Amino acid sequence: MIPSCMQGAASLSFPIPVYVQSCASIVSQKEAEGPLGKHFDMVCPDPKFGEDTWEASESTLQKDTALLAIRKSGLSIPEIRLAFAGDLLAQTSASSFGIAGIGIPFYGLFGACSTMGEALSLGAMAVSAGYASHVLCATSSHFATAEKEFRFPLGYGSQRPASATWTVTGSGACVLGDCPPALPVPGQSAPLRTEKGCAVIQGITTGKLIDYGMKDSLNMGACMAPAACDTICQNLFDFGRSPDDYDCIFTGDLGTVGQRILQDLLLEKGVDISRQHQDCGMLIYDSKAQDTHAGGSGCGCAASVLTSFILPGVADGKWNRVLFVPTGALLSKVSFNEGDTIPGIAHAVIIEHREVQP
Amino acid sequence: MNYFHAFWVGGLICALVQILLDRTKLMPGRVMVLLVCSGTLLSALGLYKPFADFAGAGASVPLLGFGHVLWEGMKEAIDKDGLLGLFTGGFTACAAGVSAALIFSYIASWIFRPRMRK
Amino acid sequence: MENPQQKKKQQEYARYVKQVTPMHCLPSNMAKAFLTGGIICVIGEGIISLAETWGASQKDAGTWCSVILILLSVILTGLNIYPKIGRFGGAGSLVPITGFANSVAASAIEFKAEGQVFGIGCKIFTIAGPVILYGIMSSWILGVIYYILRITEVIS
Repeated sequence: MIPSCMQGAASLSFPIPVYVQSCASIVSQKEAEGPLGKHFDMVCPDPKFGEDTWEASESTLQKDTALLAIRKSGLSIPEIRLAFAGDLLAQTSASSFGIAGIGIPFYGLFGACSTMGEALSLGAMAVSAGYASHVLCATSSHFATAEKEFRFPLGYGSQRPASATWTVTGSGACVLGDCPPALPVPGQSAPLRTEKGCAVIQGITTGKLIDYGMKDSLNMGACMAPAACDTICQNLFDFGRSPDDYDCIFTGDLGTVGQRILQDLLLEKGVDISRQHQDCGMLIYDSKAQDTHAGGSGCGCAASVLTSFILPGVADGKWNRVLFVPTGALLSKVSFNEGDTIPGIAHAVIIEHREVQP
Repeated sequence: MNYFHAFWVGGLICALVQILLDRTKLMPGRVMVLLVCSGTLLSALGLYKPFADFAGAGASVPLLGFGHVLWEGMKEAIDKDGLLGLFTGGFTACAAGVSAALIFSYIASWIFRPRMRK
Repeated sequence: MENPQQKKKQQEYARYVKQVTPMHCLPSNMAKAFLTGGIICVIGEGIISLAETWGASQKDAGTWCSVILILLSVILTGLNIYPKIGRFGGAGSLVPITGFANSVAASAIEFKAEGQVFGIGCKIFTIAGPVILYGIMSSWILGVIYYILRITEVIS
């Protein structure tokens, strides 16, 4: 009989923590000009990342971020047993072409903007179960490819409603492993470890598809907030916790509209997270100065904020325990045109600070 | 005086359409279709011609005017060629506009590259 | 899945969402649309007068006006200026013929990477296609009515 890690109805609690070995983020100029600008590992001023097409540039972006995360971990590529990666393009082609060049056994994921949560969940499960000693989790999004895929060609002059979000051009990647990260070797590697400790994934809650019948693709926050609400409640219930057990609850890309709705929906259920709630989409841009309306969105939004801001903060002991809840709106261009609703999904990942004995 | 009428009439049409854009879920594509169809209808009812005579470019430059041109061409062709005119009128009337858009855009695709929005 | 209770819940949620979703300030957007659209029409009027002083008939002057506005719009699209005008002007840049040209040019430039035939060839009409289709259809239907009325001598 295998010892069970199941917790409550939809969660897992890992008996042996899954360590975040390293994390990396690469973004474009616009994100670098935002409030989190100084936290990103690398900023590429060329939105095409040296490629000819937008799709190729997103692949390069994701590949470079993945390679940077591996380099920072101090591991060699063959030591990474599995890669979980995804993006917003049809058939997740940015990940396929991006990760293909690295040569790690690969699972492609699609969870819309929640993909980083999906990747971390599956990655942590694989490590915890002993299926892989090290895994790579990566996602990316690109403003131009997303506009092309879901909206208009870039040269088309149109106005965006105030509830619309701006797709982040960026990528985040991390390496998870079954042992504490090594100490940094200056000039060679930079694993996610400070004098204070490191970050571990302690548990996850897998989200259900939640559909409140929304059809407005330019108000993603309203499509995804019910899913975030459901997953957060499930997480608190499964672990028998209250919001105060978390120092911070980071949702993915709800934006200003979605944040308001999430807090209202949770209050209806008697849960008040207004003290610890933050939203990656609202952190990454200064919506007034950068004219991004409701905030940032895309797989790269939650991923780049996680790898640049949240994980280093946890490793440094700034927060002891956070809940990372990226949210996704699962629409395709066809389902949208055919008048279908836009279901939302959210996956929660519990990230904790852990001291490491030298 | 022509310029003044063109300005306020053209501006007014745009301002009214802005209400559709901001307060309904009609995306730009549907609004454009709506305008052209309304233009042909208004023109067929004989309402657009006097309006166009008054406002000049203020009435012909908005897509409503495109619909007006389509109907004028259609009517002319039917008057001249009868039944066959039904199949030649539309495209003859919009030939210049559509050709110009296609030709210039095709050339532009060789000159310009897609660029990121700031 | 479509039970009445759930439907009611969805409607309630939709109402609530509408309440908390911010909207752009309509009067200010309308003013911007008015200004942008007005200026484009004035430029059009200028082209018409110029063509007429050079001896074009009234009808030809209107056609020249369309062609030249389309050319200007395509150039501004290529230089990435038209999207900025669109962002400011909203309907003011969408409604004039320049908005139509912008949609054709933006598609052509964007989809060139996908090939001459299946890229530009197919997708040049992504946004403008419906305008041409429904323009032709509506004028054809009205033409049929006109034709019937004419042969039945309801109108002469």
